[in-house]
Amino acid sequence: MGIEHYIEQASSYAADIDNLIWLVGVLVGFWFVLIEFVFFGLIVAYRRRPGVKAQYITGEEKHQKRWVGIPHELVLVCDVVIIIAAVRVWVDVKQTLPPAGETVRVIAQQWAWSFVHAGPDGKLDTADDIKTVDEMHVKVGTVYHFKLESRDVLHSFSVPVFRLKQDVIPGREITGWFKATKLGIHDIQCTEICGIGHGLMPARIVIQTKGEYDAWTAAQTATASR
Amino acid sequence: MATPAQEHSHAHDDHAHGADGHGAHDHGHHEMSFWSKYVFSTDHKVIGMQYMFTGLAMGIIGAFFSYVFRMQMAYPGHHVPFFGVVSAAEYNSLITNHGTIMIFWLAMPVLIAAFGNFLIPLMLGCDDMVFPRLNRLSYQIFLLSALVLIASWFVPGGGFGGAWTAYPPLSAKAQYNLTPMGSSLWVIAVALEFVAFLIGGINFVTTAMNSRAPGMRMFDIPMVVWMIVIASILFMASVGPLIAGAFMLLFDQTIGTGFYDPVRGGDPILWQHLFWFFGHPEVYVVLLPAVGIVAEIITVFSRKKMFAYKTVLYTAFGTGILSFFVWAHHQFIAGIDPRMANVFTATTVLISIPIAEMMFVFVATLYGGSIELTTPMLWALGFIAEFIIGGVTGIFLGSSGADIYFHDTYFVLAHFHYTFVPIAVIAVFAGITYWYPKMFGRMLNDTLGKIHYWGTIIAFNGIFIPLFLTGMGGDHRRIYNYDNFPELANDRLNHLREFATISLVVLIFFQFIFIVNFFWSLKNGKKAGNNPWNANTLEWVAPSPPPHGNFAELPNCYRGPYEYSHPDREQDFWPQNEPA
Repeated sequence: MGIEHYIEQASSYAADIDNLIWLVGVLVGFWFVLIEFVFFGLIVAYRRRPGVKAQYITGEEKHQKRWVGIPHELVLVCDVVIIIAAVRVWVDVKQTLPPAGETVRVIAQQWAWSFVHAGPDGKLDTADDIKTVDEMHVKVGTVYHFKLESRDVLHSFSVPVFRLKQDVIPGREITGWFKATKLGIHDIQCTEICGIGHGLMPARIVIQTKGEYDAWTAAQTATASR
Repeated sequence: MATPAQEHSHAHDDHAHGADGHGAHDHGHHEMSFWSKYVFSTDHKVIGMQYMFTGLAMGIIGAFFSYVFRMQMAYPGHHVPFFGVVSAAEYNSLITNHGTIMIFWLAMPVLIAAFGNFLIPLMLGCDDMVFPRLNRLSYQIFLLSALVLIASWFVPGGGFGGAWTAYPPLSAKAQYNLTPMGSSLWVIAVALEFVAFLIGGINFVTTAMNSRAPGMRMFDIPMVVWMIVIASILFMASVGPLIAGAFMLLFDQTIGTGFYDPVRGGDPILWQHLFWFFGHPEVYVVLLPAVGIVAEIITVFSRKKMFAYKTVLYTAFGTGILSFFVWAHHQFIAGIDPRMANVFTATTVLISIPIAEMMFVFVATLYGGSIELTTPMLWALGFIAEFIIGGVTGIFLGSSGADIYFHDTYFVLAHFHYTFVPIAVIAVFAGITYWYPKMFGRMLNDTLGKIHYWGTIIAFNGIFIPLFLTGMGGDHRRIYNYDNFPELANDRLNHLREFATISLVVLIFFQFIFIVNFFWSLKNGKKAGNNPWNANTLEWVAPSPPPHGNFAELPNCYRGPYEYSHPDREQDFWPQNEPA
């Protein structure tokens, strides 16, 4: 059962990560079933019988070592496939930054999330920034850069429907990206222990169409200027 | 070297009772001879028993902690029998100390120190460790470390609750963790424990290299001794940076330095590197002795020579060396340069090569055997069957791309419990049930042993298979109540959490059967004789239990440890000390 069975895919790379998990699952699953099958088979086949002595096999000779050596080389092949697949996904998600349509600042602290949205001018650190607590608004289909900051201890910014997770480190600004592909309201969770309120650090991400988002922005700006 | 020679044939009941009394820290009513015999002894067997009973007692505490927080997981906010309502602070402290105890105060003392102390001189055919007083000092420091850890739960503010990995700044500043004294005592306890094992490790390596029976060549050393030696070397090579790291953490906590404080030029990630540079080899530090125990048992009860002894040895060295180059897979998403993840993905996934080889060799050893499913053999086979699950699920986490989702979820937790429970529980029971006759001179009850085995194995899978599923569903770790996360507070996940908790209660219940069997058999078990399993290694030459000095006459060694079912012999075993 893949991850998508438990939790929906709402970002451009969620399916890539789920497929990688499938690939790893199939490859290691094959070896798991095979080795357990051989293992239990041998236990049954070679149960002690009166008068039957065990065979004397050193395992040091070439034709004997083959029985371990060949599976061993096949495991290596599987390993290489997994490494290549894992690195490809990783490079896309974490190592490369596609150009940003919007930028949002995410600030973690004991025990709340603050979000700074760029506002109508599309720029951070200007007068029309929209600040929210524990609720983040994004437009569907837009590439977002997020800038993570912590005011105190380590936190971790996790959006399960995006398959996105990144630790937040005090003293650093960590930049990452996502592109939402589906409308909806989902969890943002802190996934790094951050003190006694770690279990009380949920936030919500609201994924909206451009029209809905602009309306929200306008309403927020109106409230702020009033 | 050792204390003056004791009576060689003291009643074994006396011995067992004494060891037990010590484990419970209850020795006030005994007379002086008891103190010199059991408390300040330099005898490797007594020190091994001290480590074993202290470790198992700590293990009981660690298991109780897991019961409390699992109950909170399944029934959040409800009264937990024998504890009460769990607060968030208590919850954090319970999970932190559960992890700390199970790794540092159960797995290490029992697997390395207890079995290492008891077995190394006996299996090498010598009378004691090379440095018996260092050995005693090692245990005393270890006991002190355990007392400091226990004390840390009862100070104002309560026990440390920043997870067993103790990442700063949370662990470094009282204003964040709210446990000013608990967190400092925790660091001190861990550092003391490291000192104890450094001293012990020097002793193990020196003894194995210098005190072998005449005729025992390097490749005649039983695998479990090799494994404990390699583990000790790994520990010594990896722990230095963490001891330095622990002191820096202690200074940050107590005298206001800023090693991990970014405001003053420090870096919290530094701790993670120091911790995991030790922490990952540490996995193999406890794995290798467990593998060694399993190797001894599988060969004896399949009456087989170990398949490719040298290959096993080389894979152990290979694993050990490679284990120094994988640590950052714990930090893929921790803020390290993302390009580094590619290197560590490769090394991490490749460590499956020596480990898979090791498992293949054990499976191959069964081929052509004459397998008897005794209780120790069931534990040893159970180790392999279960550890493979831990091994293959590790591949998901070592694959950087997949770890983005799995990091810090219950999938990780279930994965490493499928490695650590086979190591610290299954292999420990394998070792205790196998060497119990040597330790106490009597056999354990086999029926009770098998009931305990099946109860434990089935319940163990009942705990952690559901937790793989909750992890896939997104449950992340160290949350004391999922009700606050709408995507995690659903019935499907709640039922799985509840199932895991019930399985844990069942698992704990079955441990009482072991405890009953253990103490009942001390007095009522069948007398074991020197070599009840018809095994080859030298510890079975000594009387059961071995007296002070171990052997009436120190044995010579004529061959390797696994010459079972040799075609030139009528008997299906060939003890190492028997002349050709």
